Amino acid sequence: MIEAWLEALQPAHLNFLLQGFQITLEVALISIALSYAIGILLGATRYLGVPGLSPLFTVAVEILRNLPILYLLIFARFVLPTFGIRLDPFWSAVVGLTAFEAAMISEIVRAGLASVDRGQIEAATASGLTRLQILRYIALPQALVRMIPPTVSQFISLLKDTSLAVAISLPELMHNAQIIYNGDPVKYVLPILAATAILYFGVNFLLSQIAHVLERRLLRT
Amino acid sequence: MVYLELLREYGGLFWSGFRTTLGVSVVSLLGSLILGTLIAGLRMFPYAPVAAVGRAYVEFVRNIPLLLIAFFFYFGLAPFHINLDGIVAGTLALTIYTAAFIAEAIRAGIHSLPRGQWEAGYATGLSYAQILRYIILPQAFRLVLPPLGNQFVNLVKNSSILSLIAGPELLYQGEAIANMTFKTLPVYTLVAAFYLLLTIPLSQLVRYLEKRLGGKELVLERGEAA
Repeated sequence: MIEAWLEALQPAHLNFLLQGFQITLEVALISIALSYAIGILLGATRYLGVPGLSPLFTVAVEILRNLPILYLLIFARFVLPTFGIRLDPFWSAVVGLTAFEAAMISEIVRAGLASVDRGQIEAATASGLTRLQILRYIALPQALVRMIPPTVSQFISLLKDTSLAVAISLPELMHNAQIIYNGDPVKYVLPILAATAILYFGVNFLLSQIAHVLERRLLRT
Repeated sequence: MVYLELLREYGGLFWSGFRTTLGVSVVSLLGSLILGTLIAGLRMFPYAPVAAVGRAYVEFVRNIPLLLIAFFFYFGLAPFHINLDGIVAGTLALTIYTAAFIAEAIRAGIHSLPRGQWEAGYATGLSYAQILRYIILPQAFRLVLPPLGNQFVNLVKNSSILSLIAGPELLYQGEAIANMTFKTLPVYTLVAAFYLLLTIPLSQLVRYLEKRLGGKELVLERGEAA
């Protein structure tokens, strides 16, 4: 039993897992950065109520957040080519994950903006600020702080969801784990899944602890 | 019309996938409601070591991918000579995963009630069980309903991972039909339409409940997407 685990967790295998983990982190980081930027843009546009654009974004967000992420990954990899857009597995994963997460972030932004005290908005309007200035200098800075805990949670979800890229053959952590244990399923599957779980758990637990600390610091003031 | 043609020819497959998605989601919801309530009970248990077990469950499960749990049930039981089929393994994984989020929703609901409710209950001479039964749970239920609705939406979406362990749900059947017909875009558009048929009305219901019942403080809690 112990020998089987040692064999499963030999350095070459662990190294291969870590290579996958690196891809997982890369996809997650790029998708986080993109979805944060796009999410704020979408949320702010909907908040401002830009004619034409806002209803369009609302429909897009409703559709995206109500579809499975796995569906979006497969769409990015296998359906976008019918529109002439060909992406490799890495960028298919980034596009699929970003599409979903941007929709989720835009909802968080909207809730954050809506939670800003009405009196402040009225005061700003009375002092002659434009709607865009109010957004930029008064509403958004406050909303961004309030958004931190739910946003971090969203990022943890995203990191876990990168595992779905198994379906489009991206060599991330879950995919590499599968390759190793397919070599000798009876012997390898449990130790390799355990090692994989520890890697995901480690980084997510760390993130969630940071979120807890931020939550306590920021929401109390 | 390519859509009508597809529906005429492959409607049976779409329908069977749709039914499996719905069936797996409903069974997992019931299972995770029971398991989640038990875990919430453990998590709030007055004896610390018992509460720690509940906490460990929640922390572990929600920090690993659902797919990993599904692979564990589908591939990981081979050394014990247990072979579950994709639907059973997937339903188990969904239940175990969702239970962690449901446990947190229930806990948050109960915790958000003012302590004075308990104190008033004790002052009027009610027992712990009576306070729970007549004062706390009816109020907590209102607060917990919207996040539970959200979890059901997530379940429907998450059930798509069954397609990765040969569970013939909606996405799996869609892939099969796309491979047979090469009509990639129309097939996947139909698949999306079937998912949205389930999830959009549910999401709208959750929003309505949030507005009516005022579960706002719970919405900003750790919401799970996947």
